[in-house]
Amino acid sequence: MISTRRLALLAAIGTVTLLGVTGCSAPEESAPAATGAATPSGSITVYNAQHEELTQAWADEFTAETGVTVTLRNGSDSELGNQLVQEGAASKADVFLTENSPAMSLVDGAGLFAPVDDATLEQVPEEYRPSTGMWTGIAARSTVFAYNPSLLSESELPASLLDLADPAWAGRWAASPSGADFQAIVSALLELEGEDATRDWLAAMKQNAVVYKGNSTVMKAINAGEIPAGVIYHYYWFGDQAGTGENSSSTEMHYFKNQDPGAFVSVSGGGVLETSANPVAAQAFLAYITGKGGQEILKTGSSFEYPVSDAVDANDALVPLGELDAPVIDPSKLNSTTVTDLMTEAGFL
Amino acid sequence: MIPAAPSTATPAPDESGAVRGAVAETGATGSAERTDAAVRVGKRPSPFIVAAAITVSLLGLLPLGYVIVTGFLTGWPALSALVFRPRVGELLVNTIGLVVITVPLTAAIGVAAAWLVGRTSLPGRRVFAVLLATPLAVPAFVNSYGWVSAVPSLNGLWSGVLIATLSYFPLVYLPCAAALRRLDTTVEEAAESLGSGAWGVFFRVILPQLRLPILGGALLVGLHLLSEYGAFAMIRFDTFTTAIVEQYRSTFNGPAANALAGVLVLLCLFLLIGESGARGRARYARVGSGVARNAPRRSLGAFTPVGYLFLGGLFALAIGVPFWSVIRWLAQGGAAVWADPVLAQALLQTVGYGLAGAAATCLLAFPIAFLAVRYPSRLSRGLESVNYLTSSLPGIVTALALVTISIRFVQPLYQTTVLVIVTYLLMFLPRALVNLRAGLAQVPVGLEEAARSLGKHPFAAFLHVTTRFFAPSALAAGALVFLGIVTELTATLLLAPSGTRTLAIQFWSKVNDIDYVGAAPYALLMIVLSLPVTYLLFARSRLTSMQ
Repeated sequence: MISTRRLALLAAIGTVTLLGVTGCSAPEESAPAATGAATPSGSITVYNAQHEELTQAWADEFTAETGVTVTLRNGSDSELGNQLVQEGAASKADVFLTENSPAMSLVDGAGLFAPVDDATLEQVPEEYRPSTGMWTGIAARSTVFAYNPSLLSESELPASLLDLADPAWAGRWAASPSGADFQAIVSALLELEGEDATRDWLAAMKQNAVVYKGNSTVMKAINAGEIPAGVIYHYYWFGDQAGTGENSSSTEMHYFKNQDPGAFVSVSGGGVLETSANPVAAQAFLAYITGKGGQEILKTGSSFEYPVSDAVDANDALVPLGELDAPVIDPSKLNSTTVTDLMTEAGFL
Repeated sequence: MIPAAPSTATPAPDESGAVRGAVAETGATGSAERTDAAVRVGKRPSPFIVAAAITVSLLGLLPLGYVIVTGFLTGWPALSALVFRPRVGELLVNTIGLVVITVPLTAAIGVAAAWLVGRTSLPGRRVFAVLLATPLAVPAFVNSYGWVSAVPSLNGLWSGVLIATLSYFPLVYLPCAAALRRLDTTVEEAAESLGSGAWGVFFRVILPQLRLPILGGALLVGLHLLSEYGAFAMIRFDTFTTAIVEQYRSTFNGPAANALAGVLVLLCLFLLIGESGARGRARYARVGSGVARNAPRRSLGAFTPVGYLFLGGLFALAIGVPFWSVIRWLAQGGAAVWADPVLAQALLQTVGYGLAGAAATCLLAFPIAFLAVRYPSRLSRGLESVNYLTSSLPGIVTALALVTISIRFVQPLYQTTVLVIVTYLLMFLPRALVNLRAGLAQVPVGLEEAARSLGKHPFAAFLHVTTRFFAPSALAAGALVFLGIVTELTATLLLAPSGTRTLAIQFWSKVNDIDYVGAAPYALLMIVLSLPVTYLLFARSRLTSMQ
């Protein structure tokens, strides 16, 4: 009897000790911002939905310049956006970076962003940021129709994204509808054509499209001849071409242009959370990304995304943004919730 | 994804020990026999132990409670709109198809392999006995990666069946091999003397006696099929679990994800109840005195090449293909892939999580095991059952529940290591439980009492006598939990503190960028970490069968 009691006590002590030990290994809170000081210091946590490699490059250089430690939490646009909304005031995030703007609107709509510093906004042309100034564009990417010329001749190419709803395209094109990229394209469609047209198009897509997971996988399948074509973003192709080309060498790209929904240029966003424990460093990070140094990484690095700053040109390999004849869309109008609802309804999610 | 969960072999609260029978035979436990003097009739357990056991079990009810409560809060109209839609129909067809095809296939392969290595005179059978357990060291999503590398066009149901069968057949093979060694051969001899041929003996005598290990193994296979994410996501095969993860990526913890989780939980319960019903009441045990003779081995004669082809082919497909792929990618990447700066961090973090999780799980499983062995009662059986139930829920459901609960109600725990460890505890507790209780049951209480009567302090008596008997089981318990954690992906992804990088997370991130070369070192490290544990499992399953 006594032995069990002792044992229980020991177990209890052990448990407490263990929980204590593991508790200590949890990352420390960001150091409180030095009030009034303009010099960034301490550490920040970035909820990162951008490509990990790109943000890591930004973070490394920012750390080298300022000494601020940057911790990334990687996820996808809507996942992290909805997570921030759920976390509300208790969020440990300082900065939110996305690949596409709908998730930025979601977080902005919940009133969670602090205004972006004016100096940062001035680095970004107006068409790449919402007029509210609550977040800013940090990079851009264009929709493309990638195809395998041995399976699809140039004359057979669709004139518009909307054509892919035609039964003639059944089983002949691919996409990654579970990804934030494709969902952003759908949000552009929603903005340009309205809810009913989008619903119909998605229903037709459910019949026609072959679903893959991830744009890279779509491109790989086109390249391997599994499927003639697919809707992806441009930089997957350029990234692979710059490397081994093993997943893109048998593919070509077709830009829809003509302000077609399929010519949609998606703006990647960045914002500072109002609840950030270190707003000085968080604002400094956003200023760095949209400034010359951060934008240069887009030009020279392996991301092949478009810079949004006027001060830096796009990578020479890319078709200049101005030639893409993209539809004019206010990035802050793009909606993520209606899109995921419509896609759930269509049976993609 | 989680090899060898001895987790789930049912909570049936009958006296016969059928639960532990099925669990033990998955190869994870020591003797499932309850040693004579273990039960302390008439005494009451310490309130501390009871409180600890109840607390852990209540924690275990959180995920199920979450699914029920969110379903309730969503309301029937919204919920039914999310459940009764064509997409859920597709997922049901896929998921049920996968289970209905794969489970019998793994059962057939597992039994055939066990019989070939256990009851034939096939030369080299001892080597095959070990080799056929090794697929447990290759996480299903690594196996899938290996297969996709070799055959890029793999997709859909049949590819899912192929990969799942090769990953999970050892869950049936191991318990069946262990049980075959224990069978009383006199029954077979009696059947033969009454005119049964070799096939007749196999189907009418041996197979019925393997019923429990087959069912126990099949249940584990079924639960793994329901909870696996990575292996199926890689080959574009949608199941409930992959769909929940996709919903999560699009909506965090939206109502559609929760509705899908509810249906998935129902499927799990269905499997649990189905297994428990199919187990039946018949018991096969040797009674009476004497020692069972070793089973006679049959010569395969002209069929020897067929036997080799089967065992060799199985090994080549289950281990050869993924290993060949990993080695090919490693060769292609050369030294550069090992220069990945995150590699060392991921290895350390994975081992750290594994050790902390294993220690915490064993420690907190102890009170429940202790009660179950020393003070069996309706309460102790109930507590055990709760934990089996929770661990049979897919990791994504548990993770979804804990993310939401911690954000809303226990903010200080949100995104901390503690929460990750708690999740591992809920997911893997039964792995520890079955081993701990088997170990405790083997300790003769009389020895502990003798030590006390000789003047040892009660605690010292426990420490010197009981822990000595008990240590190997505790080690096995910890090792199994460790194995589960090393290859865990979805829950870690959702719950870990920002900046966490485990081997599984990094592997998955590389695979998503179709950087198969960069993923290879992570795959290799996960296999290397899992191999010793798999061997331990194999060794213990043999030990069990000798007792």
